[in-house]
Amino acid sequence: MEQVLRRKEKGNLARAFYRFKKNPLSLIGLGIILTMVLIAIFAPFIAPYPGDAGGAVHFKEMFQSPSWKHSFGTDEVGRDVLSRIIFGSRISLTLGIVVLSVAVGVGIPLGLFAGYFGGKVETVIMRITDIFLSIPPLVLALVVTAVLERNLQNSMFAIAFTWWPWYARLAYGQTLSKKEEDFVEVSESLGASRLYIIFGEILPNMTSPLLVKITLDMGYAILAGAALGFLGLGAQPPTPEWGTLVSLGRIHLPKMWWLSTFSGLAIFVTVLGFNLLGDGLRDFFDVEVD
Amino acid sequence: MFGRYLAKRLPYMMLVLFGISLLIFFLARVMPGDPARLALGPEATQEQVQALRHRLGLDQPLYTQYYVFVKGLLKGELGMSLVTKRDVSKDLIQRLPATLELVAVAMTIAILGGIPLGMLSALHKDRTIDQLSRVFAFAGVSFPRFWIGIMFQIGIAYTLGLLPITGRISGDPPAHMTGLYLLDSVLTRDLAAFMDSFKHMVLPAVTLSLSPLAQITRLIRASMIEELRKDYTIVSRTIGMPENLNIYKYMLKNAFTATLTVIGLLVGWLIGNAFIVEQVFSWPGMARYGVNSVLRNDFNAVVGVTLVIGVGYVFINFIVDLLYGYLDPRIRLKK
Repeated sequence: MEQVLRRKEKGNLARAFYRFKKNPLSLIGLGIILTMVLIAIFAPFIAPYPGDAGGAVHFKEMFQSPSWKHSFGTDEVGRDVLSRIIFGSRISLTLGIVVLSVAVGVGIPLGLFAGYFGGKVETVIMRITDIFLSIPPLVLALVVTAVLERNLQNSMFAIAFTWWPWYARLAYGQTLSKKEEDFVEVSESLGASRLYIIFGEILPNMTSPLLVKITLDMGYAILAGAALGFLGLGAQPPTPEWGTLVSLGRIHLPKMWWLSTFSGLAIFVTVLGFNLLGDGLRDFFDVEVD
Repeated sequence: MFGRYLAKRLPYMMLVLFGISLLIFFLARVMPGDPARLALGPEATQEQVQALRHRLGLDQPLYTQYYVFVKGLLKGELGMSLVTKRDVSKDLIQRLPATLELVAVAMTIAILGGIPLGMLSALHKDRTIDQLSRVFAFAGVSFPRFWIGIMFQIGIAYTLGLLPITGRISGDPPAHMTGLYLLDSVLTRDLAAFMDSFKHMVLPAVTLSLSPLAQITRLIRASMIEELRKDYTIVSRTIGMPENLNIYKYMLKNAFTATLTVIGLLVGWLIGNAFIVEQVFSWPGMARYGVNSVLRNDFNAVVGVTLVIGVGYVFINFIVDLLYGYLDPRIRLKK
């Protein structure tokens, strides 16, 4: 029996891999993200001028258009734009990871409790979730940044503050459909504790939609972070945050086009990577995520 | 039946509205950070800060503050802007039409573009046009809005000189009726103003519409492929109903119902992203006012903008809900 099951599982996995491989776009997405992660980790070794990541000043070299020496040109104080963008990958990826860790860490348990316990717990948690969802996320994030000091940490907090309700909703919906299933009933009748059933039985059974949503949301969280940076409500100069770089470069448009163009392109490629991979994973696991 | 559905949705909406007022109040008053200190800046003396705190009522107990806050809201008062020194509600009324117009045009582009594109992709599934629309859809949701807007400004507005770079109108605005320039210029038959505001509208509206356009395209494609597999399509095809009738009459109706389910979400998305697009194109709307209020620590203005958007968004969702319940009776019965 066990062997049959295992063989079936293997068959499913093989089929899933086949689906994933058949979609060349998802492989491109995976490639983009792996590259970005490697760039972020090895930034000091890859960047041609690692010293330019912070507040360095080389007035002799300011506003140089792209050349062999500076492939993405230089900025208003002569820093190498490529080096700054390379270091910016660290900020955006960290932002995505932090925002989603908080959103998942807060939203998932709340959704699980609401779905599993029902009754008053459900009413309170889900109504609060509804209220959070009734203000467009970017607007809510703006209000949060309005009451806090403007820096990278607070912009991460602001985005996470608007992001958890989506995970509460996901976990809630999943729990409602899973808690009627046999494996939960069996655990219950064997006398397993409620916490064990919630975190040991129900939670592991929603990993695939969760993973798909997290992958897609990494891209969207990075976009949101860049948007706050662009509006001047996130990371502050000289931090080489991509959205901030676009915004600073905008002052010198259209002549110094390379300043905004390349940093925006970096955001676009990264977000695209997460979207392509997320879409591939959706086919792979064969799940629907809103 | 419909009345009963309405009676069930209405109290829920009131609850959400109450919740929004609490949430925004909480953010405004309970979070660390002193609005008076923020507004006056680091150079202000402690006495000045105290005086402003007193004037804003920040030295009152929280429940009194909330009571005053809600009482003002019910009268439509949002307090005074610390920057413009005018009533926030007056500032907002003046700027609201610009944002509404932008969002409405962007939504129209997204719907009128997304539905045919999605249908085309579904009818030519896995062929070149479908692949192209797929690539476009991925790009559309991945573009940073501010960046694609800037690229449009450099390419189309500056280099090619086809459209204005920023602003809402260059000449005189049309006579004020609704505050929506496109509509007002049509109503007053002011062709010059219409062309002027239309040209200014194109780039911001297209920038804002790209992502919803992509999302609607994918949604319509998926729902059409589903419909094409269903019995009624197969039957009507086998009995020889003209293909065009199938597509237009039955599928289009389903396509609209499918779009309606996401309209609420997309409107929220559009309003949120209007904050970015208005900033890029110096669009004199409410969202730009909101961003500037945040940047200048103008507290009442920030609260006002958020409240107006929150309440407006709840109402839109309520209407979409009703419309959806009206179009799809199953929803009404289930709830």
